[in-house]
Amino acid sequence: MGGFLLRRLITFVPTFIGVSIVSFFFIRLLPGDPIILMAGERGMSDERYAQLAAQFGYDQPLVMQYWDYVTGILHGDLGTSFRTKRPVWDEFFALFPATVELSLCAMVFAVLIGLPAGIVAAVHRGKWPDQALMSSALVGYSMPIFWWALLLIILFSGILGWTPVSGRISLLYYFPDATGFMLIDSLRSGQSGAFASAVQHLILPTIVLGTIPLAVIARQTRSAMLEVLGEDYVRTARAKGLSPARVNGLHALRNAMIPVVTVIGLSVGTLLAGAILTETIFSWPGIGKWMVESINGRDYTSVQGGLLMIALIVMLVNLAVDVTYGLINPKVRKG
Amino acid sequence: MSASEPVTANVASDAPGRPGRFREFWRYFRENRGAVAGLVVFALFIVVAILADVIAPHSPTQQFRSALLQPPFWQEGGTTDFLLGTDPLGRDMLSRLIHGTRYSFFIGVIVVFIAATSGILLGLIAGFARGWVDTLIMRLMDILLAFPSLLLALVMVAILGPSLTNAMIAIAIVLQPHYVRLTRAAVLGERAKDYVTSARVVGASRLRLMFVTVLPNCLAPLIVQAALSFSTAILDAAALGFLGLGAQPPTPEWGTMLADSREFVLRAWWVVTLPGIAILVNVLAINLMGDGLRDALDPKLKRS
Repeated sequence: MGGFLLRRLITFVPTFIGVSIVSFFFIRLLPGDPIILMAGERGMSDERYAQLAAQFGYDQPLVMQYWDYVTGILHGDLGTSFRTKRPVWDEFFALFPATVELSLCAMVFAVLIGLPAGIVAAVHRGKWPDQALMSSALVGYSMPIFWWALLLIILFSGILGWTPVSGRISLLYYFPDATGFMLIDSLRSGQSGAFASAVQHLILPTIVLGTIPLAVIARQTRSAMLEVLGEDYVRTARAKGLSPARVNGLHALRNAMIPVVTVIGLSVGTLLAGAILTETIFSWPGIGKWMVESINGRDYTSVQGGLLMIALIVMLVNLAVDVTYGLINPKVRKG
Repeated sequence: MSASEPVTANVASDAPGRPGRFREFWRYFRENRGAVAGLVVFALFIVVAILADVIAPHSPTQQFRSALLQPPFWQEGGTTDFLLGTDPLGRDMLSRLIHGTRYSFFIGVIVVFIAATSGILLGLIAGFARGWVDTLIMRLMDILLAFPSLLLALVMVAILGPSLTNAMIAIAIVLQPHYVRLTRAAVLGERAKDYVTSARVVGASRLRLMFVTVLPNCLAPLIVQAALSFSTAILDAAALGFLGLGAQPPTPEWGTMLADSREFVLRAWWVVTLPGIAILVNVLAINLMGDGLRDALDPKLKRS
């Protein structure tokens, strides 16, 4: 087990270095002079230029610049945002909880519906529930989610008037940010209606962001279940006279869960990519919307920092998934 | 599986050479009604894309100032001049949608072509070279895969500047690692087989081994991947267009059309609904086909 962990960690390090090199070169690959870009000043004098170059460390050799960049990262320094003049690190972590909250809700939604859907489809293989569920899953999988969001807004906000169109909570409520998670903060605030408002704001973004993971989970659960249902031990369990519910639920599902859990873990990248679109449409103040705004506003230090942090998070989650997978499934450890 | 099937299977495998292989593939593919439906819809899209200039009633960029945001003909205020209504600038929706098929098809073809050729080449090199070349290529692919695809495409477009061409390049780069991984895995599986060894012993050059001996036997998963990345390319290009970083107005690209009409979401349902339906139907058709291809080409996955 120790060897497995070590091997996995060893592949993590070069990937991390690579990711940091990519984000390091990002600013330097932009068309135009990075110093003029970063300063955002027009017609600056030569002295000012030299002063800024020294301030940003651009007068150093490239290797030294990279070294400073990496040591900066390890100390939690991602530079200063052009737009807000605040540290990118602080900006990122101020907005991150909103994205985590939305992603977690989307994942819970996807699992709560996708898992049973996949099981039902597998148990009724080839019959109408299977066909109906898998057709819907394929539609969900093919969905342009930015359009799906607009459709849901037309229906639920426009025609029915049930849900708000944007933001995390109604402007009527104000309370200090304690955890950054609106559901928890609104409950703690004790203001009546605050929690309900937060939930209302979450519903549509959750459905939109959860749609593709839901479809993937349903499809994956179905094929994992079918795989397991064909195994000898399941037949034995049936032959022993166990009830179908017990066979399907206990014997089959438990083993079918292994690949499904992996898929859930590996959906983090999908979620963060989906968050870019979902947050932009619903004006959800998370890192996805922040990245798009930073790109449109030419706030390149923020884009650079966000790029690095998001990749790092995806890598860490994948690492955690792999390690957990190794713990559950001894076959993988041998690798 | 019915009892009569082994007999037909024998007949198919007795047929000499490649036509038999294709017929067997077609027999599996044809059984899958969804896949055939997908193929038909996709073929229709191609026909519409080719004949766009002939079918479209108006020019996709001509503005009819007297008919801004006109609803489709069956609604009150609609006319048969503009069957699916007009957009906020008075352009005919139907004509724009028809011309949009060209863009989405073009995007899919170019992106898949770039991603597949470069990815397969790198995968072959990695699989055959082994050692540090292999490690280097695969580590580079790991790095690309660490970034969520849409995010990486966004950032690349920020570097290259927003345009449809740059969006396609970015999406191709993002999709390419999947081809590298698949090709390498398939090559590693085939390399050790007897037919490759015998080809080597007979004196086939390395290039011949790579492209003539091994590659044709690795194609099944790659064809499936091509179908899947065709639909991903269309979706991602539309998403970039929607964020204002792909095709630029007045290009009648479906994602860009959606972005243009976002503010009318609660006033004019047709400008928002129709481009989305076009994207969904197109992507769905390709995915249905992709599933059918996978079931027909990949015997390991046939059960699921």
